[in-house]
Amino acid sequence: MKPSLIISAGTCGLARGADEIIKAAKDYQQKRGLKKAFNIKVTGCHGLCQAEPNVLIVLNGKKIFYQQLKPENVADIIEKTLRKGKIIDDFLWFDSKTQRRYVDIDEIPFYKKQNRILLGNNLCIEPKFIDDYVKIGGYSAIKKVINDYTPIDVINIIKGAGLRGRGGAGFPTGRKWELCREEKTNTRYIICNADEGDPGAYMDRSLLEGNPHSVIEGMIIGGYAIDATEGIIYVRNEYPLAVKNVGIALEQAHKKGFLGKSILNSKFTFDIRIVRGAGAFVCGEETALLASVEGKAGRPRPRPPYPAEKGLWSKPTNINNVETWANVPQIILKGPEWFFSIGTKTSKGTKIFSVVGKINNTGLVEVPMGITLKEIIYDIGGGIPGGKKFKAVQTGGPSGGCIPEDLIDLPIDYESLTEAGSMMGSGGMIVMDEDTCMVDVARYFLNFTQQESCGKCPSCRLGTKQMVEILDRITEGEGREGDIELLEEVGKNVKLSSLCGLGQTAPNPALTTIRYFKNEYEAHIQKKQCPARVCKTLTSYVIDPDLCGGCTVCAKNCPSNAIIGEPKKVHTVDQSKCIKCGICITVCPDKFRAVKKMSPVVR
Amino acid sequence: MVKKIDSILIKYRYQSSNIIQILQDVQAAYNYLPREALRYISQRLKIPLSKIYSIATFFSAFSLNPRGKHLITVCMGTACHVRGAAIILNEFERRLDIKPGKTTNDMNYSLETVNCLGCCAIGPIVVFDGKYMGEFKLKDVSRVLERQA
Repeated sequence: MKPSLIISAGTCGLARGADEIIKAAKDYQQKRGLKKAFNIKVTGCHGLCQAEPNVLIVLNGKKIFYQQLKPENVADIIEKTLRKGKIIDDFLWFDSKTQRRYVDIDEIPFYKKQNRILLGNNLCIEPKFIDDYVKIGGYSAIKKVINDYTPIDVINIIKGAGLRGRGGAGFPTGRKWELCREEKTNTRYIICNADEGDPGAYMDRSLLEGNPHSVIEGMIIGGYAIDATEGIIYVRNEYPLAVKNVGIALEQAHKKGFLGKSILNSKFTFDIRIVRGAGAFVCGEETALLASVEGKAGRPRPRPPYPAEKGLWSKPTNINNVETWANVPQIILKGPEWFFSIGTKTSKGTKIFSVVGKINNTGLVEVPMGITLKEIIYDIGGGIPGGKKFKAVQTGGPSGGCIPEDLIDLPIDYESLTEAGSMMGSGGMIVMDEDTCMVDVARYFLNFTQQESCGKCPSCRLGTKQMVEILDRITEGEGREGDIELLEEVGKNVKLSSLCGLGQTAPNPALTTIRYFKNEYEAHIQKKQCPARVCKTLTSYVIDPDLCGGCTVCAKNCPSNAIIGEPKKVHTVDQSKCIKCGICITVCPDKFRAVKKMSPVVR
Repeated sequence: MVKKIDSILIKYRYQSSNIIQILQDVQAAYNYLPREALRYISQRLKIPLSKIYSIATFFSAFSLNPRGKHLITVCMGTACHVRGAAIILNEFERRLDIKPGKTTNDMNYSLETVNCLGCCAIGPIVVFDGKYMGEFKLKDVSRVLERQA
């Protein structure tokens, strides 16, 4: 087989310069007339974001992973590795935990413990070419469905597999389809919820960018099962590359006869169009999403009736998340037993997590349900950078909560996370170290949900506002005795009396941080101290006289002239002038590192 | 303007249910939603102007005010937040002397925030006129502003 140079080019890869790598590789190949010597493939993201821009070189059955590349490295890669088979050590992945370099992608600890059923295909598919997807068995699931199964069979297969919704709530997918099918009507709709609004989660973006056909095929199968003729992919406008790639994919699927009238010469007709969101987090909630598709402001409505009964234009509608749809073709091809055998008693299959924040190997991780947090953070994620101490992991986005270190052996499934006060959510996993202030994190999320609250329910609109005000004053050193209890009380009421998932879960970040990190709240309120030295009002910048080299760099850069000192002499910060912008810390040369943060404040 | 708006309306077959997509295309063409454009759409699609206004103000992607020559977007996603996005936003606010969502008086810069761009691995992220800049540092603020000045 011809050697290949596979370039990871998702949004993050491109942001880090993958486009220049692609250009350099194509130019070099063109100029030297090497078109016959090797292929260049531009794929979606390879998952190990930390290593972007990265490439995979497939050569004589080996899969060599090169990372953090620059355009000027391309000539070497082509001449030495692709043409002569020589490995260039400098480009190999160095694992911070095992302290060694790896050649083969499958040997890298980050990949080794994963089970990349969905993401793995990103490596072999150029999303612009439908044939790449077809080559690895794509669209054979829909063929199998149309030739061998009745719609009821399909529903039973999905039920038998035990697939549950990957959007967060975990409703059994097969049952959802069944409910929608049971409604008596002529028109039903299929919707793919790609309004991935949880900050810190981007697996849906990666799937849509890198393997859009898997999602489209899942939707076609769903359409067949519930007897729908129209599908909609509701995708965030903040994901321009995903919108583009899905658009190309839909067009190609049409041309090949997988979409449109009489699909694969059967009686089944189904089409899909894209609807772009417009930056409202609440539209990830299904009834708000429906309102937005109908051209209204995205405000949720009470359920029941559920969308399966009365959805888009009051017709039965089946809404599933991107990752759920991507699982469907695989279940059809490999059988429900295969899927059922992966995972825990109640949660089957794999789940993709985006492991981000204070972690060495940031990236998208696809693991079987039931794996422990510890395995994800340490074995796959490579632990915390800079020798810092792990503090907590936040799961489930603004609806979720923070899980502390003593629960690190928690096996991850829908139920265990809920029990710990958090939730699966869409799979964002934000790792926090000792330098993260938990009160600030709670304030951050409450501020987020308060701004995104659509305003319909007073409990959510006003309750989250109250909670932000309390958290604001705690982080500003104005916290009062009784504030913690007040937060808990307001939080419980917001949960109980709000209509949709946003309000019902919005207090979680505050409630779980109080549950597990009450001492940090108390330090803020009683001692006016931010233990992580994050909260601005409670922190001072000071120069350590023993370390200061008197280089004057900080004084020159200080925007408020708060740093006093002559060359070669120790500098000091005039606290009355300091605006706490933090520039002094970033400009102080590494050989001194004299600027420190202190809390409580220095007067 | 009428011609341009008409071509957008034709693309969406004059269907009022496509209003959000229509507004997105108008915004892409003008950088904001001009008042006259909204009036015209309201007449052509027979949607009350108040309803269009409600949609335009509900969704954060829309702007009713003209935006500056350069658009600076600071990602405020969780991963960016724990890596110090707030300090970077503060610095842009201080240097440009505007709050997020506003435009400088000389119409040179608009400053905006976004909830998450899904590039969490390389946070904090700043997008300058569509170009993503990862691992953005405090000192990059002046670098970016001075380069454009």
